[in-house]
Amino acid sequence: MEQSVLKINHLKKIYHDKNGEVEAIKNIQLDVFDREFLSIVGPSGCGKSSLLSILANLEKPTSGDIEFAKPNLKIGYMLQSDSLFPWRTILDNCLLGLEINHSLNDTTKKRVIELLKTYGLGDFIDKYPSSLSGGMRQRVALIRTLATDPDILLLDEPFSALDYQTRLALSDDVYRIIKNEGKTVIMVTHDLAEAISLSDRIVVLTKRPSEVKKIYNIEISNKSTPINNRTTPEFSAYYDKIWRDLDVHIQ
Amino acid sequence: MSTYSDDHNKFLKKLKREKILIKITQISIIIVFLILWEVAAHYELINTFLYSSPSKVFKTIISLYSKNNLISHIGITIYETICSFLIASIIGIIVATLLWWNKFISKVLDPYLTVINSLPKVALGPLIIIWVGASTNSIVVMALMISLIISIINIYNGFIATNESFIKLMKTFNASKMQIFTKVILPGNVSTIINSLKINISMSLIGVIMGELLVSKKGLGYLIMYGSQVFNINLVITSVVILGVVSYIMYYVISLIEKKFIK
Repeated sequence: MEQSVLKINHLKKIYHDKNGEVEAIKNIQLDVFDREFLSIVGPSGCGKSSLLSILANLEKPTSGDIEFAKPNLKIGYMLQSDSLFPWRTILDNCLLGLEINHSLNDTTKKRVIELLKTYGLGDFIDKYPSSLSGGMRQRVALIRTLATDPDILLLDEPFSALDYQTRLALSDDVYRIIKNEGKTVIMVTHDLAEAISLSDRIVVLTKRPSEVKKIYNIEISNKSTPINNRTTPEFSAYYDKIWRDLDVHIQ
Repeated sequence: MSTYSDDHNKFLKKLKREKILIKITQISIIIVFLILWEVAAHYELINTFLYSSPSKVFKTIISLYSKNNLISHIGITIYETICSFLIASIIGIIVATLLWWNKFISKVLDPYLTVINSLPKVALGPLIIIWVGASTNSIVVMALMISLIISIINIYNGFIATNESFIKLMKTFNASKMQIFTKVILPGNVSTIINSLKINISMSLIGVIMGELLVSKKGLGYLIMYGSQVFNINLVITSVVILGVVSYIMYYVISLIEKKFIK
């Protein structure tokens, strides 16, 4: 567990536009361990999403770098919106990543079909996204991310577009899928309950320009599914502490 | 059908009845209009020299068909329209792609497109006749003036309005610009492109008729122009009626294509 897969070194990000510059990330220093579920929480606008974008190589950091334990580590990014293409079937949506990096063949296709079947989407393989509920669409989006077999998964508020019940049920599903597939996860969220119930560790960021404020190891006795974790006494204790760290004021 | 409840069958019946009612009303309106027109002409409530009548129009169509090669007049108008339509659609898609591909080009060309688009193209008619000559070519060029710019603008606007998160998703998979174009921009804009084809076919027809009015020896626009010059209002009205039918048919064909592509 304590073996780090990636190291974020003195990361800094400044955005420029006509009206000036904004320092989104001041200095983030962080180790991510193999197969852990790490959540990043922080006040809104603290640069959580920028951090994910940098990790996914969609943006370049202003300074600092990211050091991977092994070369060629693959990263999968699951966006906030499911972004399923309405003109593609569920299966074709899930094959998108493989098509793009030219690794679509019978073996990989079979693997994706297996994934869909295993996680309860077997009946929808040839359906179009419009016939699926929000929760199922998000599950398809996760499988689309898993299809390229990434080592590290980045989740950007994966449940935020869903209603409360679906969100609880889906977080259980996603947790199970990710643990089964043995992935390392970095999730950004503003939902503390979600973070505590899913994560092994939680990183609290300060408000912009952000730095790491605190890191919590979430230790829950009788740790089981995310929904059950919510009922443990430790859960509310963590909730209380992290809430105070966030230091939210309505102005 | 049998698996549905009675209520649902009633509902379906009601939908069907409504659809039939709309069709019947649509057809009735045209029939009533034709009858009123004919009756008014028959009892000399209107001057048939100025306003013609359905039976006169019908007779004119027959005589045009037998004596004046009506089919070739319609044919040349359709031919010119389709030429302009195809060229405008193909160049429209190519230029829109280019503008989407290169932000610099699109920013540079933006004011020019706006000016050309807002310019009344009829003003260019005389110039085009001088430059291209009084021929089918100049008519197609005139029609292109009207349909091309609007096609480019419509398709390009569709391209840049493509869902941002679709593009971000493609980037998370390290997609190339070409892949983003072929896997998101094009398939995501099928309906935009078909809509612009619909506008394009009407615009092309407008352009062709305008061109034929200015310069031609053939076509429906020519018949209208000729009819008005010899004060044969009958011929003018007949040509306009035929033109209406032709434009409806062309629009209908595009709708069929649309149904094929969009479910």
